Amino acid sequence: MRRGGLTAFLGISRRETLRFVNQRGRFLAALVRPLVWLFIFAAGFRAVLGLSITPPYQTYVLYEVYVTPGLVAMIQLFNGMQSSLSMVYDRETGAMRTLLVSPFPRWFLLGSKLVAGVVVSIIQVYTFLAIAWFWGIEPPIWGYIAVIPALILSGLMLGAMGLFLSSAIRQLENFAGVMNFVIFPMFFASSALYPLWRMNESSPLLHDICAVNPFTHAVELIRFALYLQVNWTSLAVVLGCLAGFFGAAVFMYDPQKGLWARRKGGPA
Amino acid sequence: MTPALQIDHVSHDFGAVQALKDVSLTVRRGEFTALLGVNGAGKTTLFSLITRLYNNRSGVIRVGGHDLRREPSQALARLGVVFQSRAMDADLTIRQNLLYHASLHGIPGRLARPRIDEVLAQVDLLDRADARVTALSGGQSRRAEIARALLHRPELLLLDEATVGLDVKSRAEVLALTRRLIAQDNVSALWATHIMDEIEPTDDLVILHRGAVLRHGLAADIAGSDGLTRAFLDLTGVTA
Repeated sequence: MRRGGLTAFLGISRRETLRFVNQRGRFLAALVRPLVWLFIFAAGFRAVLGLSITPPYQTYVLYEVYVTPGLVAMIQLFNGMQSSLSMVYDRETGAMRTLLVSPFPRWFLLGSKLVAGVVVSIIQVYTFLAIAWFWGIEPPIWGYIAVIPALILSGLMLGAMGLFLSSAIRQLENFAGVMNFVIFPMFFASSALYPLWRMNESSPLLHDICAVNPFTHAVELIRFALYLQVNWTSLAVVLGCLAGFFGAAVFMYDPQKGLWARRKGGPA
Repeated sequence: MTPALQIDHVSHDFGAVQALKDVSLTVRRGEFTALLGVNGAGKTTLFSLITRLYNNRSGVIRVGGHDLRREPSQALARLGVVFQSRAMDADLTIRQNLLYHASLHGIPGRLARPRIDEVLAQVDLLDRADARVTALSGGQSRRAEIARALLHRPELLLLDEATVGLDVKSRAEVLALTRRLIAQDNVSALWATHIMDEIEPTDDLVILHRGAVLRHGLAADIAGSDGLTRAFLDLTGVTA
């Protein structure tokens, strides 16, 4: 590994942060989206949906409390997709080439971009959790610390998924389709909005789909961590998916092996 | 002395389309080498191979003596590139863009800052350092990209149709700047273009057509008595 890796990583992070700060609308949208769910959707659903005691909760909880970890994961899901959207945009403008002609290895460059994106998503999550606290969603105080590793892992996994998708998408126009075909199905077919056992009552098939959805495990990892517990199954799934998606993304961006090698035009 | 760039027997295909056929060429140190070809001749594919966006699967590409496949880091560190498409972050300032680029080469801020002033002075943009890229004219943003390409003191500058989309005056400025840098800093340049006016009789010239090198030599020799345009049309069979 060349010297100056830290410099390169900090430079990539600084660029991501600067761009994020320059696009204030993006931060606002990222914050308003989960708040709308929390303030409106959850308030309406509260009356409809009864929740029994499910781990990690030790008492009956309000629907708002149940849905909060799901919304946290949603922030990270959108952030992961958005940073991959910026990769596709970079590729169209040529900024991607600037990144890829750097003498550092590709996995390192992609990894730095991924980590920078996760840092941005964690800032968003804590802003959301702070507002939610005033809304009466008060997990144990240590939960706010314990959730950090969970947020890092789930953020990395969702970001790596976005990275992989960005390598497979040719143009920005196609990305709208990905939003519809990836974000919405992943979010709705998960434990973010309703517990899995509830799902089982209406459709066992849907329950099984939710149970294998990596996003479900990101949600559960965050939910358990917020209440000072570890969901080992979810941890294993998130780690496995992280390795898988990142490996696939590096493969796709590698000039020796990836699909780019034989593709006419490539990253313009 | 090892040449700045050496390409030996490189071919490349995209499925059934053969984009490059057994291309060999050399860019000597401190020289301006023009790569002339019509659109679709394979110039951008060749540049994508040299910058390792694609891997060369046949032949060898060496930058400053370093094999791009075996020592990609060493080779890429010696390259400064100006891409055909604009490649700066439009919502950041020139200085922020250059700092980002410096970090991609592992140059920390304290070393990068004075160097940035230095290269911006070279391209006559020091007073615009804190302007956002969106606020620059086409010629200015090209010059900023050249400054960026110079930042890490490369041995070889690659410029892919660097004057496309510029007006006559800016075009002349960018070209003159590149030639001046070669004379002053002893860098070498591979200048891809389809505009014959940009080539001087004393330049090293490579004519690329349909993926193959047709001629490689001194521009004056290739042009002969009829001039470069005539010679190019005769060689390629392209009708004017």
